[in-house]
Amino acid sequence: MSLSRHISADDLIRKHLERHKNHKFSATGSRSMHVASPYINRYAAWEPIPKYKLPAKGVDSKSAYQIIHDDLDLDGVPNLNLASFVSTFVEDECMQLITENVTKNLADSDEYPALMDIHARCISMLASMWHASPTDKPIGSATTGSSEAIHLGGLAMKRRWQEKRMAEGKDTLRPNIIMGANAQVALEKFARYFEVEARLVPVSEESNHCIDASKLLDYVDENTIGVYVILGSTYTGHYEPVAEISWILDKYEARTGISIPIHVDGASGAFVAPFCHPNTGWDFRLDRVHSINTSGHKYGLVSAGLGWIIWRSEEFLPKHLVFELKYLGGVEQSFTLNFSRPGNQVIQQYYNFIHLGHEGYRRIQCNSLANARVLSNVLESTGYFTCVSEIHRKKGVHKHTFGKIEESDNPETYNPGLPVVAWRLSDDFKKKYPHVKQASLSTMLRVKGYIIPSKFFLSANLFMFYDAEKLTTPDYPLPPNEGDVEILRVVVRESMSCDLLEQLCEDIITVTETLINSDPVDMAALAHPLQRIQEQAPVARAATSLGELSHRGSPSKEGGHKHGHYKGVC
Amino acid sequence: MVHLAQIPTDEAISRPLVEGLEKLEIAPAQDNWFTTSVYGSKFASSALPKHEMPEEEMPKEIAYRMIKDDLSLDGNPMLNLASFVTTYMEKEVEDLMTESLSKNFIDYEEYPQSADIQNRCVSMIGRLFNAPTEAGAAAVGTSTIGSSEAIMLAVLAMKKRWQNQRRAAGKDVSSPNIVMSSAVQVCWEKAARYFEVEEKYVYCTKDRYVIDPEETVKLVDENTIGICVILGTTYTGEYEDAKAVNDLLIKNNIDTVIHIDAASGGFVAPFVVPNLEWDFRLEKVVSINTSGHKYGLVYPGVGWVVWRSPEYLPQELVFNINYLGADQSSFTLNFSKGAAQVIGQYYQLIRLGKHGYRVIMSNLTRTADYLSDSLHQLGFVIMSQKGGAGLPLVAFRLDQSANKYYDEFALAHQLRERGWIVPAYTMAPHAADLKMLRVVVREDFSKSRCDQLLADIKLCLQVLDDMDREQIKTREQYVKQHISNSHKARHGPHHYKNEKHSLQGKTGKTHAVC
Repeated sequence: MSLSRHISADDLIRKHLERHKNHKFSATGSRSMHVASPYINRYAAWEPIPKYKLPAKGVDSKSAYQIIHDDLDLDGVPNLNLASFVSTFVEDECMQLITENVTKNLADSDEYPALMDIHARCISMLASMWHASPTDKPIGSATTGSSEAIHLGGLAMKRRWQEKRMAEGKDTLRPNIIMGANAQVALEKFARYFEVEARLVPVSEESNHCIDASKLLDYVDENTIGVYVILGSTYTGHYEPVAEISWILDKYEARTGISIPIHVDGASGAFVAPFCHPNTGWDFRLDRVHSINTSGHKYGLVSAGLGWIIWRSEEFLPKHLVFELKYLGGVEQSFTLNFSRPGNQVIQQYYNFIHLGHEGYRRIQCNSLANARVLSNVLESTGYFTCVSEIHRKKGVHKHTFGKIEESDNPETYNPGLPVVAWRLSDDFKKKYPHVKQASLSTMLRVKGYIIPSKFFLSANLFMFYDAEKLTTPDYPLPPNEGDVEILRVVVRESMSCDLLEQLCEDIITVTETLINSDPVDMAALAHPLQRIQEQAPVARAATSLGELSHRGSPSKEGGHKHGHYKGVC
Repeated sequence: MVHLAQIPTDEAISRPLVEGLEKLEIAPAQDNWFTTSVYGSKFASSALPKHEMPEEEMPKEIAYRMIKDDLSLDGNPMLNLASFVTTYMEKEVEDLMTESLSKNFIDYEEYPQSADIQNRCVSMIGRLFNAPTEAGAAAVGTSTIGSSEAIMLAVLAMKKRWQNQRRAAGKDVSSPNIVMSSAVQVCWEKAARYFEVEEKYVYCTKDRYVIDPEETVKLVDENTIGICVILGTTYTGEYEDAKAVNDLLIKNNIDTVIHIDAASGGFVAPFVVPNLEWDFRLEKVVSINTSGHKYGLVYPGVGWVVWRSPEYLPQELVFNINYLGADQSSFTLNFSKGAAQVIGQYYQLIRLGKHGYRVIMSNLTRTADYLSDSLHQLGFVIMSQKGGAGLPLVAFRLDQSANKYYDEFALAHQLRERGWIVPAYTMAPHAADLKMLRVVVREDFSKSRCDQLLADIKLCLQVLDDMDREQIKTREQYVKQHISNSHKARHGPHHYKNEKHSLQGKTGKTHAVC
């Protein structure tokens, strides 16, 4: 090991900037408030951009714009981010509507009655899309995203459970909620913040890395407030078997008299299934489904910041939680965690609804699924990779067979799921080229501009925690560890055109072959410095303010994240 | 309100808007597409889809125009004097925000620079609130959707910390409570309800619209997770005396913490009254929230919360997301959200600097004082503070000794006919029969617009003065039955009407918009 010296760029820059200042011939004194070019200002060369303290004096608007605009160049290109479900394309006309309405506050119903009306129309359309029966008086609200919606759904289930228990004269000390170990972080957050024990049902390859319905009954009891069922697992895109779980819970109720409701987390899937898999039963057609949430900003095709939640009937949203607010004459009921928030996303959603219609949505989602199938088939045909997602396989088929590719255009002939491709290096490949690491593949693709995170661990024993007060030792056996499966995941969104897809396939193959042909020693060298650079890069800097906390140890670490578990971006 | 919407029944949908309407026999536009203009298309002569997603697509130009026309029924934000929420930003920052529209703030890996910009804002705002920055200090903070989320997070942190302390001492944790003013914004009630914390109110009286420090501290017991002190109440804009509460806690050696709800005041007090001690200079203050979209001068969708040190933000609430070797800690109730507002906040901070904010806030204070003095001359009783001792807003009511036939609500309605939205409220409980009007002076409320408002108030007073008792009564009836947003009231699900659990349900307090 050779000796090396660490040079701090930050110190050097500061030292040299100081020297500059001492010259005192600064061309940009206090008179520079109105200047011709946005690059003639004191931040162009003389001073660092204010980062920690509010500067004593400001700069003109053009300069402020340019500074931040240039700064943001370091952000990724949204369309090449294949890790995220969040919609990145907005039509020009829609953009114009957004700009016109950017000042509007969704919380101000007095001032923006037309906006409120549009909100109500969106709720109505979603409810009918999910087969709610208007005679049951369904009810719903816009949220900031699925996180808020999931919290609200959980809160309603908790309160209903409490009210039922109190009416029966029983204690309400140990509520629990059931979800698959593949749950998104928001579901676990609900459990922790609202003090409900999270019972994670293990996932396995047999259960498609989703909640294992056959094991469900080991986890439910009289204290179960409900089950979160995920329509479209973030990891592999599989739909969890809502109908099967509903049926199991029906039988359980017949046996024990305990009725357990289902909340469907359709963050991604609730905008895909109605169009592409209309015959899959998952929504209000099942009586046990009390509430459904979705993200408008995922396959609802709206830009970031919009979610929805709808209850089958107002009876499932306890009055206790709803606040009534009187304005000049009008009265509004509210059940949200946020208050003032932008209204333009709701307008975007309505624009999409009437502009695209059912047919437009169907075509877009089916295109995404078709593109995802192409990518999956290409990847599997190379022999290098095995797909963990299954939307490209014929319905009921779960194994890859060479040379056999379905040709149908109808998504219903395939396994239902999100337009997501989750894949890993094939077992053959790993045997043949043990020096090629999946993480290097991700890194190399990043150099080409794609963001395809690796290291989504699919393991059963991810995130167990118990409220210290309520449960010191779990009274049911820990789920067996599935064993870590490391996957790469590509989310196919509407903006992923066939052209981009072709390029991506080509690049993945090239990169893999480069890796095959490189020396194991080179590989190690390649992986190492890159990782170091990334650690010091903006991501690491971004960690500084809240990151302080993580160094002090975090619950997720204590909770059994021994392998550095990566949560999926949504 | 992001309100709950009820889905109408099929029967309700098919009912014609005008009863007894007969079928019109005009040949419908034949073509799916249009050649003349948007209004020549078949879509212009049929209703916009409201209850079910249409089967077919609609051309984008038409969709745009139809929605735009629909939205023209919304109020004019400039004339909305009810809301604190920013309605003006510069062109350049609007461009910046539009450019970052598709960025998802939570996605640190993809948008590291946006994440870094948040951290810069947290640092600047933390320092503005005098967060400890000496060696060894580690104040933390985060951006939120608004003060609501910030307050929920703060309550959660206070509750968890209290639980941890009690558990360590082997004591019971079943009945936490929180002490706050009855003038709190509804999100405090929500936070208490949703996180199962009992609310203990310090009630306002007829001539005191803020908490009484003595009374507040008396309410504290071993189950108190913390005290909420409001910097700028929504009704009268007064700053509650955080220092007095702090000093009393220290004097009596009471172990509890203070959270400052500086939703509106956080960006005003540091510039207008820098010597007022309300922030981290007080040792019992452990967390502060503020709304970037109020006097932080950003469009709706950004709030901030800062904790004095990680000690006050229990670890078990913080979730870690690990991206490319860098640990990201996050504490939010929302996950994906737009990055535009955070970027907008950073723009305002560096664009204006302390000097810019000071000049703007001083102007607002001056305008508010001018309005306040003028209204006083018109015979109103002024309930808000002047000279920067409170938020730049004017709360006023009619002089009861003048024996007018009409009340504040009638005046509010009269002003609405002139286009102004000046809301009338019923004050916080125990002073509930007190009605008031409130004008929020925002950045875009200049002196000249203030003069126009005054002229219209004078006019409205004359109109109302000229009416006799009978006329006013019939008018009130009429307004109640026909005008008061009957349009919207349709959506209110009847199931939730007249709840009795909130302060409003119990006491008739109406919540101020913010």
